[in-house]
Amino acid sequence: MQCPKCHAPMHTYNRNGVQIEQCSGCRGIFLDYGELEALTRLESQWSQQAPPAPPAPPAPQAYPAAHAPAWGAPHHGHGHHSHHRGFGRMLFSS
Amino acid sequence: MQQDSDLRDSHTRDSDTLLRTLAGVARSAAHPPGPRTPCAACGAPSGAPGRGGPAAGVLADRPDGTVVRHGRAVAKAHAPGAGSPGHRARLAVAAHPLLTGILLPPLPVALDEVRGRPVSAWPYGVPVDPEDPAAAPWEEAAVLLARLHRTPLTSLGPLPPMRGPAKAALAVERMRAVGPHPAAAPVEAAWRRLPPWARGGTADPLPPAGRPALCHGDLHLGQLVRHPVPDGAWLLIDVDDLGAGDPAWDLARPAAWFAAGLLAPAVWERFLGAYRAAAGPAVPADGDPWPRLDVPARALTVQTAALAIAKSTAEGRELDEVESEVVAACARMAALPPHQGEHAPA
Repeated sequence: MQCPKCHAPMHTYNRNGVQIEQCSGCRGIFLDYGELEALTRLESQWSQQAPPAPPAPPAPQAYPAAHAPAWGAPHHGHGHHSHHRGFGRMLFSS
Repeated sequence: MQQDSDLRDSHTRDSDTLLRTLAGVARSAAHPPGPRTPCAACGAPSGAPGRGGPAAGVLADRPDGTVVRHGRAVAKAHAPGAGSPGHRARLAVAAHPLLTGILLPPLPVALDEVRGRPVSAWPYGVPVDPEDPAAAPWEEAAVLLARLHRTPLTSLGPLPPMRGPAKAALAVERMRAVGPHPAAAPVEAAWRRLPPWARGGTADPLPPAGRPALCHGDLHLGQLVRHPVPDGAWLLIDVDDLGAGDPAWDLARPAAWFAAGLLAPAVWERFLGAYRAAAGPAVPADGDPWPRLDVPARALTVQTAALAIAKSTAEGRELDEVESEVVAACARMAALPPHQGEHAPA
């Protein structure tokens, strides 16, 4: 699927059971019919469960992710655990 | 085939001579005159010639850098033809008092060239543990870079340009030299979208209107050691690519690893935060750093992908999972709409 705004390819991923398309170019997000409602529902369930709490410290890597380039990988924070060995080599070479 | 075998023998002989000579340089550098404890490598007292042989260890043996250790010193043969005024200026920066506590300073050498390769000697330092990248000194590296970049260029005399973009261009040449490869097309496409300054095509490795700073030129985790051993302060080593240029280049390798989804965002934030806290000039003090990092990080991504293609082809293997991620990042750069690619192909 192509981004309706900048026409770069969009990548699908799953957030709490909701399919989300994010543009690899402008990082905009596309929601299918009903997905926004599903997210809102999840959010309200979350706030009902949570006790009235003091203001939480800022969550590390709150969604959307930290500043990143338009060509960044869509799976920040997930892909780096599985392949430590090859990455370990890359960290040390020109 | 006889000729091939003669050629191989002659290469082996050259290599043996080089390693023996370097072992001698390292040994002399490890035994300076004056009262010191006996050499841990060979037991010789200070100032004594000592013996080479098994106490000398080869730490690296590549065409662009051969390093031999003897006890508390290492000797390095640099790339052939590096014996230029630029090379001497780079060594002088490492020895400059302004860089104390930032760059490891060289030791004096009696012999400064072997077989057309400049030779230097350095104190031995403890490298980062390659088995434990998570424990790597990311903050210390960032602070060292910030201090390096803040060194006033006018205090250092004439400096060569830093070699970052030139190295990226060499990597692309190496990829082309191994012949066609299915992953080469996106790497070439991403390379074409870089501006000339990032492809080694301009005299100054700087974006238009950029302000030059003293740059390392080839930062990675192999470029840090603790000195004195075993628990001294971390210092930057390897001045072969050092010079004046865009300081964002030195942040661009970690930035590229983060952008490719390989480096955990938390580690990247630690590195970037420490650089900013130390008033590093390569990025604004807050807000989005990517307008400054984008071009160098793209160039380093292309360089890494190109070398992965060249090396994996030479080793007769497929790209591994990590290398494929870097090629995928090149493909995403190539797929950006023109206004985000920002530079028309030259």
